[in-house]
Amino acid sequence: MGDSREAKRVRNRLALRDAALNLDLDLSRRDVLKIAGYGSLAAFIAACGGSGGGTTSGITATGGKMSLGSYNTDPGSKAGTQAIVDAFKAANGGTKVTLNTVDHGTFQNQISSYLQGTPEDVFTWFSGHRMRFFADKGLATPIDDVWDAVKSNYTSGFEASIKGNDGKAYAIPTDYYPWAVFYRKDVWAAKGYNVPTNWDDFKALCAKMKSDGLIPIAFADKDGWPAQGTFDILNLRMNGYDFHVNLLTGQNGQKWTDPKVTAVFKKWSEITQYYSPAFAGLTWEQGADQLLRKQAGMYLLGLFVSDEFKASGSQADVDQLDFFAFPHLGTQYDAEEALDAPIDVFMMTKKSPTLNSDLGQAKAFLEFMAKGSTQVLYWKNAPGSIPTANDADTSQYPALTKKAVQIVSNAKKITQYFDRDSRPDYAGPNGMQGFLLKFLSNPSGNTTTLQQQMQAFWDSLPAE
Amino acid sequence: MANTTTSAAPARTQKAPEAGALVARRKRRYTLLTRHDKILLALMVGVPLTLDVLLIWGPTLASVALSFTNWQNIGPITGKNFVGLKNYQFMFTGYTLFWPAFIHNLIWLAWLTLIATPLGMFFAVLLDREMRGTRIYQSVFFLPVVLSLVVVGFIWDLQFAPTDGFINNALGTAKSANLIDWLGNPRINLFSILIATSWRHIGYIMILYLAGLKSVDPSLREAARVDGATEVQTFFRVVLPVMAPINVIIVVVTAIEALRAFDIAFIINQGKNGLELLSILIYNNSISEASLVGFGSAIAVILLLISLVPIVAFLSRVMRTLA
Repeated sequence: MGDSREAKRVRNRLALRDAALNLDLDLSRRDVLKIAGYGSLAAFIAACGGSGGGTTSGITATGGKMSLGSYNTDPGSKAGTQAIVDAFKAANGGTKVTLNTVDHGTFQNQISSYLQGTPEDVFTWFSGHRMRFFADKGLATPIDDVWDAVKSNYTSGFEASIKGNDGKAYAIPTDYYPWAVFYRKDVWAAKGYNVPTNWDDFKALCAKMKSDGLIPIAFADKDGWPAQGTFDILNLRMNGYDFHVNLLTGQNGQKWTDPKVTAVFKKWSEITQYYSPAFAGLTWEQGADQLLRKQAGMYLLGLFVSDEFKASGSQADVDQLDFFAFPHLGTQYDAEEALDAPIDVFMMTKKSPTLNSDLGQAKAFLEFMAKGSTQVLYWKNAPGSIPTANDADTSQYPALTKKAVQIVSNAKKITQYFDRDSRPDYAGPNGMQGFLLKFLSNPSGNTTTLQQQMQAFWDSLPAE
Repeated sequence: MANTTTSAAPARTQKAPEAGALVARRKRRYTLLTRHDKILLALMVGVPLTLDVLLIWGPTLASVALSFTNWQNIGPITGKNFVGLKNYQFMFTGYTLFWPAFIHNLIWLAWLTLIATPLGMFFAVLLDREMRGTRIYQSVFFLPVVLSLVVVGFIWDLQFAPTDGFINNALGTAKSANLIDWLGNPRINLFSILIATSWRHIGYIMILYLAGLKSVDPSLREAARVDGATEVQTFFRVVLPVMAPINVIIVVVTAIEALRAFDIAFIINQGKNGLELLSILIYNNSISEASLVGFGSAIAVILLLISLVPIVAFLSRVMRTLA
């Protein structure tokens, strides 16, 4: 029972994590400056609610068939994908969609082989660095014609997120969600806690929670990636968006041995004493359960934590879930209000053997994905994924979702997530996941050697 | 094959003059084989050889070649991809995970050799003693063997889970602040998964050894008993030497299990934070999204070299026996 649920969740969690942060896109590349110029993504997202997506003629086709490769394997997102496929079939003259759903982790691991082999016409992926990577390698088909038809339904931040290094559009953004500090309203009300706005308040609150017998901060890093969220937000708050982007991509000669990185680890070590016991053996779901069962006071995670609350089957618990933005650290970069908010996209492959005959239908599908109504269909099944289109019907959003939209709107800078903003070989278990676990096993220790190892590993990687 | 040829040879030699004349006329080398023999030989040697080269030596040599490149599984391999010994140099000097993984594999081998395998043999000896309910015990110990290692990994992952796992709850420490982190503490998690591995390995060795014990001629033991040998003496002086072929298989199986260790550690946490293994490093580098095929191949070459030790030892022993 527990086993299969757990196994399933492992997959879901992987799926969700990846989905999380693509907003910023390829911060690492030439777009950094461009994106910085866009300023607040919030502005475009806040501007949602405009007109519906435009429709074009000539590039799309009805009837016929097409194929879709999907990594949406967790129950909610799988049902959501199926609902979309069914709706598309009904709306597009009965187009037969061959849906190939592959386990999320497997899909991701084999993406290179998949795209070079005989992929489906359209596939699910992340925006940003990883999207550009495959676009650069010529393994994705540009879809400027589709994008031109639908871009009125998107804010400019999303547009930036799907542009390749060649300036062409390569994807349709379909959902996103923010990372923040989650808590239970009822627990906080009972204990009289207030949302901390600065680092000292935050630590004082942790100490208070500890004396109240709570685990102050649920933390679960068995899978390696959750700790990266804490690194992201601390680095963004302390050293700013530009430094973060340069560091994660090695641009402008930025090194991991920089004293600014040392400072991040030092700051981090101030709160590790408040983490869940045995966090290196806990999965993120087990961490979420600590929050759900009122054992833990706070949890820094993506909005997908609400899926875990929903899975408990109790709407009362879901209603108690709330969050706040990570507190300010008293630096000049507080004003950026930066956070991780990844974007999921749909892309078109290059080497699909059926793409020639299905091109019209595939484009029709991508266009369909850009509609708010389509995205809401998905969101209803996977509430941790917020629709990206301007014409999505936000009136049915619960307060939590509205707040999530708001917090992203307030952010002047948005990143995707460590493993989407950096190169995958560096972000994985071989690299940053292992390094952060090493740091966390002795947080108060000297990190000089660790940082040297991080840089040495970075230097060993071939040019991307 | 060899036998057939040699036994057929004398008969043919009788006809040599006639055949030899024929051969000389055609300026062909004298041969003992008929056309039928040659076709048969070609098929029997050629087909396995082709499969062997295609499916084993080809990929092996390709791995060796790739280990000198920095290819990332995208696009063609060009001259620019060749980086000489850089992968090996980094592996031995800069890569912080290689030596830990290497040592973990050695610990794995030592654990299986010194603890799990002897335990399996011990169980086999016990169960061989016609005790009551021996079938039930056999089934119980053998049960984990029919499970794939991935399933074993999932099962033990749940047992060892810090807060909701069976073990910590049974110990009553699941809710305390100093609960034992079986899977996340890099000092003990390797031994946690070694316990999980042993759970399966013991049954495997037990059944192999039990089969061997059943084939030992009972009259040998009877003779030993008549001569006044104790149980222990009988086992070590009579049974064990007779079991030599099985013992070799047990040793090889143990070595192979230690070298191919992968599944359980991967299920637990993708082989990091104290669970690094050579096989997992190969996977994480070359097959995962990282796609560092060149570097992963270099690690694979090292694992190949290590694997050659038991393989060569085993084969040379087998060859000697046959000769």
